Amino acid sequence: MEPRRNPRTVIDPKVRQVGFFAPPDRSQSGLPDAASPVHASSSSPSGNSLSPVMIPPPRHHSDNLIPPLPSPRSVPHPAVPSSYTAASEFSPTAASSYSSGSRFPGDGDDVSFSPGRLAKENSVKVMASSVPTVSLVNKPPLNIAATDKAGAEVLNDRPKAPKEKMSKAERRALQESQRAAKAAAKAEASKGPAGTPGAAPAKPAKAASRKSDVASASVTASEKKGGDRPTEKERKKDVPHPRMQYDDTSRVEKAKRRAVVKQTEARNRVELFRHLPQYEHGSQLPDLESKFFQLDPMHPAVYKVGLHYLSGDISGGNARCIAMLQAFQEVIKDYSTPPEKTLSRDLTAKISSYVSFFTECRPLSVSMGNAIRFLKSRIAKLPLTMSESEAKTTLQSDIDHFINEKIIVADKVIVSHAVTKIRDGDVLLTYGSSSAVEMILQRAHELGKQFRVVLVDSRPKLEGQLLLRRLVAKGISCTYTHINAISYIMHEATRVFLGASAVLSNGTVYSRVGTACVAMVAHAFDVPVLVCCEAYKFHERVQLDSICSNELGDPHAIANVPGREQLNFLDGCAKSDNLQLLNLIYDVMPSDYVSMIITDYGMVPPTSVPVIVREYRREHLWM
Amino acid sequence: MAGLNLSAVSDDDDDNDQDDHPVLSAAAVAAAARSTLRPPSLQTLLEDMPDPAAVPHTSSSGGDSEEKSKSADKSSRSRKLKHDVIEAVNELIEDIDTCHEQIAEQAVEHIHHNEVILTLGSSRTVLEFLYAAKEKKRSFRVFVAEGAPRYQGHLLAKELVARGLQTTLITDSAVFAMISRVNMVIVGAHAVMANGGVIAPVGLNMVALAAQRHAVPFVVLAGSHKLCPLYPHNPEVLLNELRSPSELLDFGEFSDCMDFGSGSGSPLIHVVNPTFDYVPPKLVSLFITDTGGHNPSYMYRLIADYYSADDLVLQRKAAASN
Repeated sequence: MEPRRNPRTVIDPKVRQVGFFAPPDRSQSGLPDAASPVHASSSSPSGNSLSPVMIPPPRHHSDNLIPPLPSPRSVPHPAVPSSYTAASEFSPTAASSYSSGSRFPGDGDDVSFSPGRLAKENSVKVMASSVPTVSLVNKPPLNIAATDKAGAEVLNDRPKAPKEKMSKAERRALQESQRAAKAAAKAEASKGPAGTPGAAPAKPAKAASRKSDVASASVTASEKKGGDRPTEKERKKDVPHPRMQYDDTSRVEKAKRRAVVKQTEARNRVELFRHLPQYEHGSQLPDLESKFFQLDPMHPAVYKVGLHYLSGDISGGNARCIAMLQAFQEVIKDYSTPPEKTLSRDLTAKISSYVSFFTECRPLSVSMGNAIRFLKSRIAKLPLTMSESEAKTTLQSDIDHFINEKIIVADKVIVSHAVTKIRDGDVLLTYGSSSAVEMILQRAHELGKQFRVVLVDSRPKLEGQLLLRRLVAKGISCTYTHINAISYIMHEATRVFLGASAVLSNGTVYSRVGTACVAMVAHAFDVPVLVCCEAYKFHERVQLDSICSNELGDPHAIANVPGREQLNFLDGCAKSDNLQLLNLIYDVMPSDYVSMIITDYGMVPPTSVPVIVREYRREHLWM
Repeated sequence: MAGLNLSAVSDDDDDNDQDDHPVLSAAAVAAAARSTLRPPSLQTLLEDMPDPAAVPHTSSSGGDSEEKSKSADKSSRSRKLKHDVIEAVNELIEDIDTCHEQIAEQAVEHIHHNEVILTLGSSRTVLEFLYAAKEKKRSFRVFVAEGAPRYQGHLLAKELVARGLQTTLITDSAVFAMISRVNMVIVGAHAVMANGGVIAPVGLNMVALAAQRHAVPFVVLAGSHKLCPLYPHNPEVLLNELRSPSELLDFGEFSDCMDFGSGSGSPLIHVVNPTFDYVPPKLVSLFITDTGGHNPSYMYRLIADYYSADDLVLQRKAAASN
């Protein structure tokens, strides 16, 4: 009998603790160690530093609400920020993010991206004129108007089960009405960018707030929930919005009418990819350039970045995301609220229109989609009392924060983890040109490790040649080869480092086409595959193969082999109906090929990705 | 080689092989017995030359008549030998020319309607195979991977399109992405080793691994003349050829990176451009040869059909006494 183990206490089944949680020795609860035997691996008290492979347990407010008392509402507040400072010890580089994130006491309820929730928040804000800080919406009745406070407390005093049932029914009714509103709004809304439900919440938010605010009273009451239960309902509703499928002709027509960029559909499309957009390349760029002075509503910074995307000057998840966010900073700087409109709604609408412009230039990447969701959530959370200039500076600093922490500092963390995996005498294989892998190799070289690099490249982009040039300039000895030769070269490699455009919730890695082949051959030769990816690129959607969702590039890039003129066999054939050219940009690597994913949360197996997405919630990932 | 047809009568006098004629020994008798069951090997052909000593001497003739008969014997023997060898070579040429048809005859058994076939690079056998199926009114689609850096896939795609097949050209990197929608992979081979492994154009090992992962049959078309009696040892390196790096990297663009004066003086860039890939037998589902379809584990038996055991390792003949 272990002396340390306390007699088992009954945990209230209504308060289910989900996910990792450390022994709540710093919380005021009366369940000292009930949590600890459950989770053996985090037996070290919160003060210890974690090894890099452990995901630091997130601070649920469930830790602090373990005795589900309605009255000590105020008690969790001081405790909760302290939990963040504790958490900051786990991830030292994220300390600043957590301390600034203490405004958000770990509750995912308030920030969510299903249309219903945002509508509730907006309606709440309309009512609560004196909300001091951003969004402590659901927790304290103090912040809500007095009428609701009484109702809330009454509701809270009741036992948990009936309260939840009532709220469930209420919220279901509300959801139905909002879904109807959303469907109506969607008919005139711009098409959502691929991969984000970002556009959708904005429109239904407007629609819902136009409706009676009666619903909001019940809504705010339903917000008062004690434990983790409601958070799971929110989670279930946060199913990612299905993306625009391009074989739905009616929606494609509507989108075309509103499009800025003139796209002509490509001929000879591959049937399997009818659900993806494929347009004729070559005509869009000059067309857009000629329209430059006519596009009044388009901010020139946005326009410039869109042109860069279209021409392929900016490529790579991080670069595109940073360029887009910096363009949005310019937009915000130059923005002025038109009369009789609120800043948050108008700005969100503007951002949505710019996002659809970007999508027309080039379909959004997952990193861009997540950044847009972050920005919209920030805009939505701006308190109404803030003046316009304050709001603008807040937003701009938020964007700076995001770029700095989620991309720049995250890359530094990834590099520091990854160089521990490189030993002297290693032969490191990499594919294409990934910014994270390039930084790792350069850092390892600076640290004086003796290794050589094998660069695998493929058509049609031949991105590896750019990386080859940069590595050789640093003095790293490289072997360059084509993807067909990986079986030949793999017996020399000791490690494979790959980058990713996104990591999906079923552990599959979505990255440049050909990465899956490299990982497969590495797996066959028993060479470990390490994928380096910042955590902001994780996404909750799932994908089984590369056909469901992908991007199609210029088909003529396949037929024309640059520099080898004698090989242009297909010049006359392009007009034939029998020939199709397929230029895939991305592919999907199954999770069993990946040995480890190196993120700024540490080095995790691919099975931990949904845990990070879920436990840390989107607002933790994005501040 | 199609037009080459050696005449049975040659005009040269290459008598090097005729110098040593071993006596017809018991071993030779046994070899003759073996050879009645199998086609004669070249070595037995050469060994079984009737000994001039065994030819009954014409008695009492003068020396020059003996010599004359000897030389007459020699020339007739050499002519017969040459005739045999030339005939064998002609047969071989005909085999190589007609293997495509015999393999293509089997296409109908394997390709059905609404199938999707994947291939990489270009092979005349594959082209004929697919075309034969098309002739029999089977409708199917073909994904052709371009097969860099030689880009033979473009050629194959052009041919297939000209013959009316629905073709999609993809890059080699997209093979894993597309193979989940493919019913069968059909490729040609450069050589088939005795264990059933395949020496194939570069990139096919990757395709075979992807096919195994997605449980797609990997079919290799090979004429029987591609059989090699050797067992492969380290085939990636030993049975491979490296081609010029200029097919991958342009010298003009990268000349500034090849600064030999830096550091240890060794070049910083190596470029590797192998021509062939080795596909182990466990990845191959089926071999289709001109004698029918076979399992990789059966291929070593075919070697016994086409090669005699003596011919497997060519040895120098030791100087034998007359």
